[in-house]
Amino acid sequence: MHEVAPINPWVALAYLASGILFIMALRGLSSPASSRRGNRFGIAGMTIAVVTTLLTHVPRTGDGALDTIAIAEVLGAIGIGAVIGIVMARRIAMTAMPQLVAAFHSLVGLAAVAVAAAAYLNPSAFHIADAAGQIFAVSRVEMGLGIAIGAITFSGSVIAFLKLNGNMSGSPIMLPGRHIINLGTLAAIIGLVAYFLTDQSPWVFWTITALSFLIGFLLIIPIGGADMPVVVSMLNSYSGWAAAAMGFTLGNTAMIITGALVGSSGAILSYIMCRAMNRSFISVIAGGFGADDSAGGAGGSKEQRPWKPGSADDAAFLMSQAENVIIVPGYGMAVAQAQHALREMGDVLKKEGVNVKYAIHPVAGRMPGHMNVLLAEANVPYDEVFELEDINNEFAQCDVAFVIGANDVTNPAAKTDKSSPIYGMPVLDVEKAKTVLFVKRSMGGVGYAGVDNDVFYMDQTMMLLGDAKKMADDIVKALNGGGH
Amino acid sequence: MDFISIFSIFLLACFVGYFVVWSVTPALHTPLMSVTNAISSVIIVGALIASAAAGSPLSKWLGLAAVVMASINIFGGFAVTERMLAMYKKKER
Repeated sequence: MHEVAPINPWVALAYLASGILFIMALRGLSSPASSRRGNRFGIAGMTIAVVTTLLTHVPRTGDGALDTIAIAEVLGAIGIGAVIGIVMARRIAMTAMPQLVAAFHSLVGLAAVAVAAAAYLNPSAFHIADAAGQIFAVSRVEMGLGIAIGAITFSGSVIAFLKLNGNMSGSPIMLPGRHIINLGTLAAIIGLVAYFLTDQSPWVFWTITALSFLIGFLLIIPIGGADMPVVVSMLNSYSGWAAAAMGFTLGNTAMIITGALVGSSGAILSYIMCRAMNRSFISVIAGGFGADDSAGGAGGSKEQRPWKPGSADDAAFLMSQAENVIIVPGYGMAVAQAQHALREMGDVLKKEGVNVKYAIHPVAGRMPGHMNVLLAEANVPYDEVFELEDINNEFAQCDVAFVIGANDVTNPAAKTDKSSPIYGMPVLDVEKAKTVLFVKRSMGGVGYAGVDNDVFYMDQTMMLLGDAKKMADDIVKALNGGGH
Repeated sequence: MDFISIFSIFLLACFVGYFVVWSVTPALHTPLMSVTNAISSVIIVGALIASAAAGSPLSKWLGLAAVVMASINIFGGFAVTERMLAMYKKKER
């Protein structure tokens, strides 16, 4: 009885080809050498998908003639998006990548909502309704899920963006009874999607939409700044599932393949981030991490322990005498914009015959792989940069571990102190190095987790207090003036 | 296409995604996020269908708005990925 979507095999093959090109795009990222070719595959896949759709859905007026105004509107919309997107991509600072990605996620979410709403309002254009305008049951479920996931992605990403961009405090905002409110809202959304099967009236559809926007906000506001890498990855995953749900509605293979790829990608990245912080996904989502640490952990009862201060000259001398130096950068290094000065320091040391390597903890930046991008931007060759598991056993043989802008990721309490909030988190074993140089703004501040670090007080540790960039610059000066 | 065929493609793609993403080097996880961002905007296909269809002006304008948003993502996502990947250099020598 119902109107079946006309399937042109060439069109179906074109969408399949674009899906395969997207798989190859991700495959290219297995190494920096093949990555740019991968990105080109992605661009090719997107071009095929867009051109195929444009050619098969040419706007026509009632008498079948080309609707030039509508065509111009569509091309104009693409043009506007292209200009905005390219300008954003060119201007963004690499330190602000997490915000940009969050902003992009929110756009995918909102676009999914708009497409689902458009399909709801004009189902015959999408071939998802019978002659009487009744939307097929399976399409209603797909559409309901699409709009729900899209709306959650949008509002959640907006909050993540505001927190990452500093427009909103990074500390968790805890509503009383939030678990009950959240679970109740989620249950209502699921219930309404089920009810949508029997009743396609507008109030059901728009209530699902409104509740989904709401739950997106509610889910993200209690999550603290330290957990943002997980949140950004999770929203990445959601944006994929939203695309997949719309792919089901349209029966479009390119969208389904992409949605599955992106959905898995975000899920895996969330898992990697959770593992790197030894936090369960559920506890991250439940939120509140770091909320009461400032009141408790850093309290005044802490004893004053002796620590050894050092100067840039001391650091320059120690490192120039060293055979192996491992640099451990953290997000504080990026905040101080010290990556270029740091690379210069590495270059001078290498010229003096020192073997320099960089050790990266998975949560060193604000999003997965963020620190690698920042070092790459500063022209640090990627084959000098190592992941935690690849370099951790080298600290025992290294002369100097140079920690700059990192703290929690070097804290040995994670291995020994069961009462520590970061217990169980994999950490870089800097304390095994012969000498530890620890660049830090002051002795007062503590890391995200709000815990003290025993490394500061060890005999082989020298604290270099000051701004990370200025310290790195001063060390370079001292190295250059050292008369070699 | 019937639901089962579409669902089969979806499940297989999830498995492909699982294996392909684990093979991505951690050093490129940020470009991975920006490129997945760009490709998830393939949702533009739905937006283009909505904006080309006659029958409901509101549906058409929602479609056009979605075309703008998805285009920002597509062009911005691929461009920023390209910009980042160009920074990754091997050791000279």
